[in-house]
Amino acid sequence: MSKQSSAGERLINGIIKENPTFVLTLGMCPTLAVTTSAMNGLGMGLTTMVVLALSNMIISALRNVIPDKVRIPAFIVIIASFVTVMQLLLQGFLPSLYDSLGIYIPLIVVNCIILGRAEAYASKNPVIPSLFDGIGMGLGFSLALTCIGAVREILGAGEVFGFRIMPDSYVPFSIFVMAPGAFFVLATLTAIQNKIKINGEKKGKDMSRIQSGCSEDCFSCGKAGCCEHKFYDTDEKEGK
Amino acid sequence: MLAQVKDLLLLVIGSALVSNVVLSQFLGLCPFLGVSKKVETAAGMGTAVIFVITLASGVAGVIYKFILTPLHIEYLQTIVFILVIAALVQFVEMFLKKFMKSLYEALGVYLPLITTNCAVLGVALTNVQLEYGILTGIVNGFATALGFTISIIILAGIREKMAYNDIPESFKGMPIVLLTAGLMAIAFCGFSGLL
Repeated sequence: MSKQSSAGERLINGIIKENPTFVLTLGMCPTLAVTTSAMNGLGMGLTTMVVLALSNMIISALRNVIPDKVRIPAFIVIIASFVTVMQLLLQGFLPSLYDSLGIYIPLIVVNCIILGRAEAYASKNPVIPSLFDGIGMGLGFSLALTCIGAVREILGAGEVFGFRIMPDSYVPFSIFVMAPGAFFVLATLTAIQNKIKINGEKKGKDMSRIQSGCSEDCFSCGKAGCCEHKFYDTDEKEGK
Repeated sequence: MLAQVKDLLLLVIGSALVSNVVLSQFLGLCPFLGVSKKVETAAGMGTAVIFVITLASGVAGVIYKFILTPLHIEYLQTIVFILVIAALVQFVEMFLKKFMKSLYEALGVYLPLITTNCAVLGVALTNVQLEYGILTGIVNGFATALGFTISIIILAGIREKMAYNDIPESFKGMPIVLLTAGLMAIAFCGFSGLL
């Protein structure tokens, strides 16, 4: 029973409490690039979820085998292998999604969320919770991407998942499906996030959970495990 | 010969301005948003990125042509490229530290940040996808990095001016920078008429 509740807790944690996009603001490159429509967002989110869940599982299983000093390259190899597998699968079975996501599929390798979860969770916890942590985070990411994609699609084309929902008299702002629209949508999103944070702090709640991840300052995102890492830990060498 | 030079020039304009790596492809957003508070650091970051991307696209091109293609293991490109890039950045850092102290002091802090910069991997993969040769790949890498440098310096310039402006509370910090980037992206859309 306790195992079940911890699995459920990991799922909820990924989807709501530590939603990678809305709360932690991680992995912004793919978020902006592929959310031109709800469908693309969902496809990217689910692909990332599979990679995240599988790599979390393997990294967690190997956590006592991988030497600490070369853990980052080892993680990267594991992640890159799963990304390659997913890339080949998509190419074979969903060629239209493969074409519309293009170069952003191989770039899942450098998505901060995956390396971040490997560092922060999978390398310290047993296999089953790590798997569910990956699934939860992946679902949260998919949800966020689908929402952003849907908003951009409604504003930019008047459609969701290809179905027209706005009246015919609606003139779409096509700028929202183009590059600048992505920045505007994300700007609004982070402004709302700031607002919630400020309001929460006024009421005296602890809002430190809301981070600005990669998009705030690369020097501070060591916690997220994305930008700061060197390929090898060089500290010791420098000490000599 | 002349036609070749013309092609390369068009490629440079295309990669640097028309399909700008940050503003229209969203690659390398972390350093773009994170290291653009001052023009000086932005320029340092830009130089480091030009250096690394040009080198990495050359090395990745050579490896793809002379190792992956003859062995028919092209599907391993993602794994090989990411490892090569990470090792390359580390190697460049060590090399500069040992032999070119002044350059290391100028670029040193930025180098580790570039390891997982998706622009580097993105350029290497694009070169392969578009079947560029080694020379064209290097030129494309250089141009892409140049585009990155141009946009990060412009953004840093705007942010320096903006620092003393009165901004609504919830737009302080990242949101206003993203709005600026969005407006820059609109401006860069204008370049699409160039080619």
